[in-house]
Amino acid sequence: MQGLTTHKLGCIRGERAVFAGLDLALNPGRAVLLSGPNGSGKSSLLRVLAGLLPPAAGRIDWEGTDIAEDRDGHRARIAYIGHADPLKPALTAAENLTFWARLYGFDPDVEPALFQFSIEALADVPVRYLSAGQRRRVTLARLALGQNSEAGPALWLLDEPATGLDPGAVSMLANTILAHLSNEGVAIISTHGGLLDALLEDSAERFDMREFEA
Amino acid sequence: MIGLTLLVRRELRLAFRGGTDAMMGVIFFVLAAILFPFGVGPDAAILPRIGGGIIWVVALLAALLSLERMFAADHEDGSLDLLYLSPVSLGQLALAKAIAHWLTSGVLLLIASPVLALLYNLPSSAFLPLVATMALGTPTLSLVGAIGAALTLGARRGGVLLALLLLPLYIPVLIFGAGAIDGAIAGRDIAPQLMILGGFLLAALALAPWATAAALRQAIE
Repeated sequence: MQGLTTHKLGCIRGERAVFAGLDLALNPGRAVLLSGPNGSGKSSLLRVLAGLLPPAAGRIDWEGTDIAEDRDGHRARIAYIGHADPLKPALTAAENLTFWARLYGFDPDVEPALFQFSIEALADVPVRYLSAGQRRRVTLARLALGQNSEAGPALWLLDEPATGLDPGAVSMLANTILAHLSNEGVAIISTHGGLLDALLEDSAERFDMREFEA
Repeated sequence: MIGLTLLVRRELRLAFRGGTDAMMGVIFFVLAAILFPFGVGPDAAILPRIGGGIIWVVALLAALLSLERMFAADHEDGSLDLLYLSPVSLGQLALAKAIAHWLTSGVLLLIASPVLALLYNLPSSAFLPLVATMALGTPTLSLVGAIGAALTLGARRGGVLLALLLLPLYIPVLIFGAGAIDGAIAGRDIAPQLMILGGFLLAALALAPWATAAALRQAIE
């Protein structure tokens, strides 16, 4: 069994069941576009898959092995982009990225990653002075860091990654994701439609969270 | 180990760039300690007697002041999720945060305390014990404080809750810290108090990162 599979996955937030009986199968080189209205559990699913949230029911397999058996191994294969931008306002864009690169054991040369999202001119600007879209680009440049390193993460979990991006940046993001997929990577992306969906259409399956409402 | 130094350096850099925020604790420490003599009156007999206790109480409150933000920013901007997903364990993160907190608050309190001892007219025999108890006690405050900071993550009015949680745990450090200074002034042997403070520090070093990691795991969920 290749790639990522889930079996009867369920999730409870607070007292409310968010989704239940969720089966997902994803082969290397393919992406999934998660859709569904607000509160349908897209973010919760991504957090469960990342191991940030324990599932209330079911299990997750990577290449046929339950991820619960090898938590450290599972963490090492994940690149997670959440809603917030995990950047420190007082540090420059390059300093923020270098910290994450060092911590994750990636190549600490962040220049190519900044270039990939055409923010190389902002390398030495404190993140405090960047616009929301520019911050998002710096956050996304983290994906490129792993990609440019040996043994980078294979499983990308992106929670509405295109929020706040201009069309140019969305196509940079799409190209980064496509390069990841052509490298036998796997990506699960929550979206509300738009340009990113259109650009990824040929390499991605659609997955509607409404089918698994609990 | 590489992860630990990386995290401590990041915290120090952030504290340094933050400017006055990092200095707030020590400024509070000095100002509050200066205010007491105005309230108590300039009686040369009273000040040395209460000085050791006041310096320790104010140091406790100063340490508490900067604790609330220990994990809060990382929790709000999603950095905590990424720190959890990184190869560095939450226990190492907790230890790194406590070390950084001590370097930016405890060490400054340690340096400022002899100046305050002068202000309270403490006898010169009490200076070394004061610095020694501070050196042994303030790291314990940072380590135990990390548990409270992690437990109150995401809570509303976290600051009040933090004080309620931590002050009872800080009292033993206060008793033996202030007790050692009183003992030194009275000319008694203070080795037992110092050894007990050292014992607290070792226990906190072994247990606090582990407890903090468990609390952080809850906050991430």
